[in-house]
Amino acid sequence: MEALLQHLLNGLVLGGTYALLGIGLTLIFGLMHVVNFAHGEFYTLGAYLTFAALALLGVPFFLGLALAILGGGLLGAAGERVLLRPLRGESIDTTMLVTIGLWIVLQNGELLVWGGVAKSIPHPFPTAPIVLGPVSVAPLRLFVMAAVLALIAGAHLLIHRTPLGTAMRATFQDHDTAALMGIDTGRIHTLTFALGSSLAAAAGALLGPIFLVYPSMGDLASLKAFSVVILGGLGNFAGAALGGLLLGVAEELGAGYVSSGYRDAVGFVIIILVLLFRPSGLFARAERVG
Amino acid sequence: MPNLLARGLNAAAWVAALTVPFWLPNPYHLHVLIMAGIFAILALSLNLLLGYTGLLSLGHAAFFGIGAYASALLALRAAWPFAAGFGAAVVLAGASGWLIGRLALRLRGAYFVLVTISFAGVVSLVAVNWMELTNGPLGLPGVPAPALAGLSLATKRAAYYLVLAVAALAYGICRRLVYSRIGRAFVALRENEALAASVGVDGTRYLVLATVISAAMAGAAGSLYAHYTRFVSPEVFLFSYTVTMVIMVVAGGKGTLAGPLVGALLFTALPEALREAVAWQWQILAYGALLILVVFFLPRGIVPALAAWRARR
Repeated sequence: MEALLQHLLNGLVLGGTYALLGIGLTLIFGLMHVVNFAHGEFYTLGAYLTFAALALLGVPFFLGLALAILGGGLLGAAGERVLLRPLRGESIDTTMLVTIGLWIVLQNGELLVWGGVAKSIPHPFPTAPIVLGPVSVAPLRLFVMAAVLALIAGAHLLIHRTPLGTAMRATFQDHDTAALMGIDTGRIHTLTFALGSSLAAAAGALLGPIFLVYPSMGDLASLKAFSVVILGGLGNFAGAALGGLLLGVAEELGAGYVSSGYRDAVGFVIIILVLLFRPSGLFARAERVG
Repeated sequence: MPNLLARGLNAAAWVAALTVPFWLPNPYHLHVLIMAGIFAILALSLNLLLGYTGLLSLGHAAFFGIGAYASALLALRAAWPFAAGFGAAVVLAGASGWLIGRLALRLRGAYFVLVTISFAGVVSLVAVNWMELTNGPLGLPGVPAPALAGLSLATKRAAYYLVLAVAALAYGICRRLVYSRIGRAFVALRENEALAASVGVDGTRYLVLATVISAAMAGAAGSLYAHYTRFVSPEVFLFSYTVTMVIMVVAGGKGTLAGPLVGALLFTALPEALREAVAWQWQILAYGALLILVVFFLPRGIVPALAAWRARR
């Protein structure tokens, strides 16, 4: 029982960052229909930017996190503007090839800059775990959970409660009408991609201090983000948040009770099963008829 | 006149391909050509799906790896001769293609891509974790060199001709298929599935067929790879293999017969040519940049671009 609670708690921390990755990708893949294989690279970027800010520049921890999130957003905006905007209207395969190219370039760029040796990010939290009844949790993990919740809430408010968010939703619901209403849809595309990328960077910045940072860490992150998006349903914000938590818990339970070697298989199996049996996602409302 | 030119080029290519082991001084260069041949089979197989039916499989390394493991395990554990192992690799990879086709072809577009990637991910994790069967991450060393009818093909020269023969066979199969009724059905499905269905083309049946043939060819390449390099490890499932195949097909010219061959030669030789000049991280980085540049400036690939250039003159 205690083991189960501990697994659940660990799964929620992990799942929170999956939720951030998934929400970022559900904006890019679900709304913009860009099959973004470079998504995990923004996650890696967030982790390395945090490392650079904290370990090399000596910036305070929280400022370092903010810088990493901002950096992810800026690079995302640049990537959309330079690589994706000229290809708008092309087939989904074409943009997919470009994101595969971007993924290779970013990953090997990081390998060149930082080398292949894994880095650990220093953090100011005490390492002694806090014991809460039957379970114990490191203070850093508690902070990560709180930060994830704050970021998800922030992104939710941005998308559902601000004029910018309204413009985003309008643009991806009906591009032409939105443009006729005076929305600068090109700018909205760039900002949406930037927001999605900065959420991925945030996930990397937050998980980086818990685990280690290495150049290929984004590969699995991309695939997990895809499984979260599919689990939650394309473009479904709340679905991605729940899907992320579910994937984190499922992986943690799978690793704890089945075999830790197959931990990463959970995401793959979820993609296959959900696409085969519930292609609109677990949390889709019943399809309207007519 | 252009017809004559094309024929001349074709003949020259054949002569070069058949005689190259005798005038290429450096055995390492022959090794590069053998790898190019194996990748040519893979690119041909991927092109059948991506180029002719329009389905992008990003799990193609799984079929390659299944072929490699099947062939290696049968040779090592059951002492099967090369030809039988090769046949089993083709059949097993084809069967997994059938399974994936039946499952994933309920979906199209990005979803098909994601199911194929996930399939490759699961297969790769099985290869890493099923220690008793696959020896896990350590891989299977000591796979015997190919032999046919008691004749060992252990030399580079013999391996070259073996790979060339299989590549030629794969090319011939693709050619026959593309110009047949089946090939026209593939293209019709790529262009407009609803319209194709309206004239009686059973979409899912033809697409499953394409997946099976494509997977079987990739399995053949896997078997050749296992017996040529004499070693199989879970690295055969690396996503970078799939990406390399995609780059070869897209840059060479998808939906053309010559495109995958040109792409395979170019993108096996290019990294080798660059090997001495630049560090390998830069090379892979250049690969990614090149993929982006090709999409922007040669969206249909090298072979169609050359054909268009010749037609203009």
